[in-house]
Amino acid sequence: MRARVNDFAIKLANVNGTGSASANGLMMQAIFRMGIPVSGKNLFPSNIQGLPTWYEIRVNKDGYTARSLDYDLMVAMNSQTYARDIREVHEGGYLLYDSSWPLDPALVRDDVNFLGVPYAQLCNENFRDPRERILMKNIAYAGTLCAVLNADMDIVAGLLDEKYSTKKALRESNLRALRLGYDYARDHFQCPLPFHLETMNANSDKILIDGNTAIALGCVYAGATVAAWYPITPSTSAMDAFKMFCEKYRKDPETGKSNYMILQAEDELAAIGMVIGAAWNGARAFTSTAGPGISLMNELLGLAYYAEIPAVVIDVQRVGPSTGMPTRTQQGDILECAYASHGDTRHILLFPANPAECFELAPKAFDLAERFQTPVFILTDLDIGMNDWVVPRLQWNESYQPDRGRVLSAEDLEKIAKFQRYTNEDENQVAARTLPGVHPKGSFFTRGSGHNKYGGYTEMPDEYREVMDRLARKHKASAKFVPTPIIQRRAGANFGVITLGGCDLAVREALDRLAEQGVLADFMRVRGFPFDETVQSFLEMHYFCFVIEQNRDAQLRSLLTLETRVPKEKLRSILVYGGFPLSAKHVVDGILKALGEVEKPALASFVPMPELQIEE
Amino acid sequence: MPSIAKPIATHPSLQRNELGLTIRDYEGAMSTLCAGCGHDSITAALVRALWEISVQPHMIAKLSGIGCSSKTPTYFVNGAHGFNSAHGRMPPIATGANAANRELIYIGISGDGDSLSIGLGHMCHAIRRNVKLVYVIENNGVYGLTKGQFSASADIGTKSKKGEKNRMAPIDPVMLGLSLGATFIARSFSGDKDQLVPILKAAIAHRGFALLDVISPCVTFNDHDGSTKSYLYTRQHELKAIEADFVPPASEILAHIGKNGAVSVTMHDGSAILFKGVPANYDPTDREKVIAYLEEHQGKGEVVTGLLYVDESVPDMHEMNHSPDVPLIRVPYQKLCPGSAVLDKLQEDFR
Ligand SMILES: Cc1ncc(C[n+]2csc(CCOP(=O)(O)OP(=O)(O)O)c2C)c(N)n1
Ligand code: SF4
Ligand SMILES: [Mg+2]
Repeated sequence: MRARVNDFAIKLANVNGTGSASANGLMMQAIFRMGIPVSGKNLFPSNIQGLPTWYEIRVNKDGYTARSLDYDLMVAMNSQTYARDIREVHEGGYLLYDSSWPLDPALVRDDVNFLGVPYAQLCNENFRDPRERILMKNIAYAGTLCAVLNADMDIVAGLLDEKYSTKKALRESNLRALRLGYDYARDHFQCPLPFHLETMNANSDKILIDGNTAIALGCVYAGATVAAWYPITPSTSAMDAFKMFCEKYRKDPETGKSNYMILQAEDELAAIGMVIGAAWNGARAFTSTAGPGISLMNELLGLAYYAEIPAVVIDVQRVGPSTGMPTRTQQGDILECAYASHGDTRHILLFPANPAECFELAPKAFDLAERFQTPVFILTDLDIGMNDWVVPRLQWNESYQPDRGRVLSAEDLEKIAKFQRYTNEDENQVAARTLPGVHPKGSFFTRGSGHNKYGGYTEMPDEYREVMDRLARKHKASAKFVPTPIIQRRAGANFGVITLGGCDLAVREALDRLAEQGVLADFMRVRGFPFDETVQSFLEMHYFCFVIEQNRDAQLRSLLTLETRVPKEKLRSILVYGGFPLSAKHVVDGILKALGEVEKPALASFVPMPELQIEE
Repeated sequence: MPSIAKPIATHPSLQRNELGLTIRDYEGAMSTLCAGCGHDSITAALVRALWEISVQPHMIAKLSGIGCSSKTPTYFVNGAHGFNSAHGRMPPIATGANAANRELIYIGISGDGDSLSIGLGHMCHAIRRNVKLVYVIENNGVYGLTKGQFSASADIGTKSKKGEKNRMAPIDPVMLGLSLGATFIARSFSGDKDQLVPILKAAIAHRGFALLDVISPCVTFNDHDGSTKSYLYTRQHELKAIEADFVPPASEILAHIGKNGAVSVTMHDGSAILFKGVPANYDPTDREKVIAYLEEHQGKGEVVTGLLYVDESVPDMHEMNHSPDVPLIRVPYQKLCPGSAVLDKLQEDFR
């Protein structure tokens, strides 16, 4: 095999709850510190201990770090899934296993290189405590990986030093286990393997962060003071991070008091209610949740929409419907969030593609919510929220000032004769609001029941419609303020490819690969809803477009057909929704298959085709 | 009642409170409830109480859920901020509002359907958080607004207007509150303004969550023979066990002590509750004694009313949170944003 430097993928199969996560994270972080573009995808079960869990590491010097489906090396540490794991290694690839016990001959493949290391035996000989014997097996295979992949041992040892700086004994055990696996590999295998690592310098301006941490940081920087939530995977770590950052950066330096309040609500109905109450009073307030929480919040989201109260809702999407698969990723809440609640409602949505955008869009969400006095959703997903991503260092613009929207001050109120809540709208159809307790003239009655433009109760058709029609215009007006799509054009492209959120890397990689084969496409990643004119014109300038998303029902495509002038036939879906992150392979295969079905001349006068679902 | 505008002319002889405001300044829009509805009397008591303690109208936030009872915030203190929200959801909205601005006076109005069915969980958790909020359940044993279905406070054996008997055990907000650790619990009767006004004033002064279960007959759907929430039944079975008076902070407490002057509880803000008439062996600060007394008398079919229980020692939501004294909405943004230098530094942990 020809040497392949900094371009390979490995998969690690483990049993959850055995401590493998920290060994796998260690490898990923070490590669990051070697300056090499890398990604790590944790494919974990909804369980605390005993079920299969996988971790995938993709290394790519050119920065293609979406999920790979092509594994050069499998670290098979889970006997329950051996059969399946062995099948996934590509021809000529390698499999690392615990040779303390003989491998079932039925599982052996001739076209794969088996690397056996007796981890259990080595750990039993070297460690006394039974729990330690299990934990250290993980660090031992990390040691082997260092040897066969040519990882920088000083970096790995340095990471262990940092991690266990206050726990000397643990540090010693870890270093010993690392050495065991490393030395055994050096003594028994040809090291390194043909595919391996070599130090680069691609990460000096990068960080390794997950989207939930980044979004929490964004909320801190946005000036959010009230957060309400009910624990749910995969959003829980966002509030954990918000709490951690607040404890560090929001204790008043003079008084020691908490300049924030985090309310762990009794359910999501309460969480959104608390956000609405706080925002009604003028606080920047948010909740973080997942699909089941959004379902529960529907009633009050309509109240916030109709009574025009800001709210920021972070939806870290997971696989639905119902409980679905809580630890798997999907983009299945697009339509639910766009139109959440009964009656005519429509909301502003933001679609970050990675943790850096999570940080960037959090303050944007508060600005939009307050500017337009309405709920704003940030739709991330489990892949973005819970996996560590290599992203550019986060930047903060010191000149940022929160956009509090049209809020009348005591002085403003002093000057006017009478305050009327839902009239005198500006060019964006937003009427000024007042905050309780500011001035006697600012008092008004907020209600979710029928109201006229003065805020008074009404059951009259014309008065009701007047307010509802302005709300529709207001939503439209917000299109100019949501982030515009990212577009990449390619000379000679004859169709477009549209995607959103976490599909970004996989789709862009796929388009590069297709271009190598002479299949040329323009790229657009939408970043917000309502769609702006850029989205409209991208649709108009292409005969047809593929829409790539991670749900069964083509929700982005539906939204595009409902909310732009594009004819439905112009959009063709590629849908990957089994719960694991998207890979460029899904996209390349999908597009090639679809193009094969379309007769060349028909490309110009596009014929509608059935939905395409990709086998995963 | 017809919805006609109230005349705005104020009689010069009308008494003024410390702020120079008359009781008319604490009134609201004309009620649209049925004539004789108990809820209107509670509204009147609220108007009186808020006027007497002289709060700035615009510093009041009145919040409610959905129901006939929840409509009433429009009928008091026009100059206050109002929020008629969604069925059962007032407690979280009030909690969030209070989290953002601890300076306002929060009055939550709910019904027995709103609080004991659809919003029961929310109410329980607002009690646990000890949110500083006057929480009034206008309890009529039925869903008024949806035309008379039994609510969760309907007693066993009580009869609906159509003659149907309720067989399920009621949820008693007072007993529930006691079991949840509520820090201020009262029961009253809409028809008894003399009792209700001082209770409301004490509730406003209370350090945390004040739970008021006010029997408030529904004349249209639950005021017939066989109902245990009718005016007649309540009058016949009411046991005014505890008589309490509210003494504002600045006044001379001694002057108020009644003849059989019993306990006095000093409130967090320096005001006091004087318990004038208290049964032998009753202590409104001793939860077990209160529970024993209520069980004994409610077992006999009596409706025990009065300010039943107070505990001023429990910190409210903000005290538990170590919130700053100023409302969170007034903490300047510069204090909230750690800035770019901190961002640069903290990212060293993400390498
Ligand atoms: C989600 C929801 N479900 C049902 C209703 C219908 N509804 C309106 S008021 C009400 C009951 C009100 O009863 P209660 O709280 O006791 O108030 P009352 O009218 O008796 O004062 C119901 C069921 C609603 N508004 N919202
Ligand atoms: S229906 Fe009953 S509760 Fe509703 S307004 Fe009439 S009397 Fe009051
Ligand atoms: Mg009722």
